[in-house]
Amino acid sequence: MGLESYIKESGFIATKLDAIIGWARKNSVWPMPMGISCCAIEMMAVGDPKYDIARFGSEVMRFTPRQCDLMIVAGTVTYKMAPVVKKIFDQMPDPKWVIAMGACTSSGGMYRSYSVVQGIDQFLPVDIYLAGCPPRPDNLLYALMKIQDKIGKTKAAEFKNLPELNVIQNN
Amino acid sequence: MDQLEKEVHPKILQALLDAKTDYTFDDALENEMILNMGPQHPATHGVLRLLLRLDGEKIVACVPDLGYLHRGYEKMAENMTYYEYIPHTDRLDYISPMANNVAWVLAVEKLAGIEAPKRAQYIRMMIAELARIASHLVAIGSFAMDVGALTIFLWTLREREKILDIWDILCGARFTNSFTRIGGVANDAQPEALEKAKWFVDQFEPNLEECEKLVNANRIFVQRVDGIGAISKEDAINLGFSGPNLRACGVNFDLRVNAPYLCYNEVDFNVVTYSEGDCLARYFLRLDECRESAKIVKQVLEKMPQGEVLANQPKKVLPHKDEVYTKMEELIHDFMIVNFGINPPEGEIYHAIEGSKGELGFYLVSKGGGRPWKCKIRSPSFNNIQVLPKLVVGQMISDVVAIIGSIDPIMGEADK
Amino acid sequence: MNLKELVPQKLKEKFPDITFHISDYKDELTIKFDKKNVVDVCKYLKEDDDLQFYYCSDVTAVDWAKRKNRFTVVYNIFSLKNNFRLRLKSDVDEGNCAIDSVSSVWGSANWHERETYDMYGIKFNNHPDLRRMYMPEEFEYHPLRKDFPLMGIPGSLPLPKK
Repeated sequence: MGLESYIKESGFIATKLDAIIGWARKNSVWPMPMGISCCAIEMMAVGDPKYDIARFGSEVMRFTPRQCDLMIVAGTVTYKMAPVVKKIFDQMPDPKWVIAMGACTSSGGMYRSYSVVQGIDQFLPVDIYLAGCPPRPDNLLYALMKIQDKIGKTKAAEFKNLPELNVIQNN
Repeated sequence: MDQLEKEVHPKILQALLDAKTDYTFDDALENEMILNMGPQHPATHGVLRLLLRLDGEKIVACVPDLGYLHRGYEKMAENMTYYEYIPHTDRLDYISPMANNVAWVLAVEKLAGIEAPKRAQYIRMMIAELARIASHLVAIGSFAMDVGALTIFLWTLREREKILDIWDILCGARFTNSFTRIGGVANDAQPEALEKAKWFVDQFEPNLEECEKLVNANRIFVQRVDGIGAISKEDAINLGFSGPNLRACGVNFDLRVNAPYLCYNEVDFNVVTYSEGDCLARYFLRLDECRESAKIVKQVLEKMPQGEVLANQPKKVLPHKDEVYTKMEELIHDFMIVNFGINPPEGEIYHAIEGSKGELGFYLVSKGGGRPWKCKIRSPSFNNIQVLPKLVVGQMISDVVAIIGSIDPIMGEADK
Repeated sequence: MNLKELVPQKLKEKFPDITFHISDYKDELTIKFDKKNVVDVCKYLKEDDDLQFYYCSDVTAVDWAKRKNRFTVVYNIFSLKNNFRLRLKSDVDEGNCAIDSVSSVWGSANWHERETYDMYGIKFNNHPDLRRMYMPEEFEYHPLRKDFPLMGIPGSLPLPKK
């Protein structure tokens, strides 16, 4: 793999701590599938043998938020469901990222009605918006790769200013 | 108790508890526990919230709380034309999307008095049966996965991917493809799609048997689901069960036979019934129905007639796209139909088809305009979940998961 | 004898003092009557030996948005023995927005009536558990009424803070 090419004889590599932590984090992103409706089926399809998500490091889709770092909101979020999604997001430990999968989560999608939240960024900080109704599994894998790039480049110093940390300290 | 009343709305609590319940906490082991099997749960298929009242591990009462996916379908239908609504019907029962399209289009055609040509009827039958197979594969896979057998889920999803490939060639989208149109289907079935469908049904039987061999004789699986969630015939009919769940109780009722639509009276298939009415019977019934559907697809492919795929009614059916770009009347008709709708006569109809979960029906009221005045979606999963409180009483919590999996509810449909 | 003639004939024999409006559109029979006789008529249709309408597919309501008799409650029922579908309708005025519940006749009507109450605001007397179905309990409006806007009323449904 990539690491062995750096270690020539003695087993020492010189790197920044950010780079190695970023490398470890991005290759083992465990997604939290917030599967609500149709996009959840394409998320299931990403897990099946044809479009394998395990080869990207997301070996398990843990349904408990305490062990995940990426929340994939897949499906239409209604006003009744929004507090539940927010609660689950709050239960995830830092650092965490959110993919808004599909048109419904990005902007309400084709449902311009009284009970659908027109975009989950009204109450969640979103990192990647994924277009499609539903997005093809390849599309979701591309989004995962983009998130991996973002995680790999995030420096540890940026984590100190996360608003969520303030919330936990004040409670 | 105050804390509890803040979390759960008092009206729901009232439905869950009865007059005898005493909730002064003297002895924690003596009282019943209220458990929230929340909207986000790996085993409730979608966003179904169940409030369970438990005595130890046995369930005393259960109140389902729906509405976490209520997207306002019926209100939206009153504001868009019949054509514009076709993509919305896809997302009702999102595991078998083509069947919902067929149901809506048949209802609108009945209301407007249009008849689709024969080839379109056969193509619709083929896609509806493939949708049924796809839906049952997911149901079988996720039911077994909920009970603990994880491998079978991946194998049935592998089969389902082949069906999604067929749909991809046919209409361009893997799923939620709005393929049917009022008056026919969107485009003719390509020869590659038909060949792939033929290849699929030929290799489907042995693969399904391979999946079956994993669990059918497995002692743990059978003991986990045998005798669980049984319901009698009269209760099933009274409470509105339909589809495979009803046929597993011994009622020989299938809308494809009792109230035929499309060309089901020209193909030959059996209606499978089992008499026990428990989870294992429902599981076996879905396996057998997959085989029957494969039989139907084989016959449809052999009998498919040649011809047009869109009816010839210029004022109501969208014309072919290449004619719209070159001829004048077709351009005008296209403009009028897309903007103002098809204007069926005043009246109301109710049309139901045998969807993969049960009786999927549309009740349409038209006042003569391009948009329906009222559209009611009779979704099978809504009625199937209504029976759930009756099935789980007396069982243990782990059985709730098995029962929900065997009923196979889809929340997109139940919540509309 | 054809069921389309048998059903109205039997109903007129059994209930001579109720006026039934029979209509037949696109091969579907619809029977309309006054709302106070709902439970009796439905019970008879279910328990009669020839008819046996055991299966209630759907209970819903239509909002006509005019002054008198604003709502019509519609029952779609099915007879498994005869493979015959029937529709029953009954008008409900906005002022006295209540009708008797048929959940004692057909168990499946229970949740359908709750949904109709949630969406239209029509109360069902003697319903075992009349709560809202889809909208949260704190919601004050009835969405499917014609005077409720499609995008909803801003502020009626709360959203968590970011």
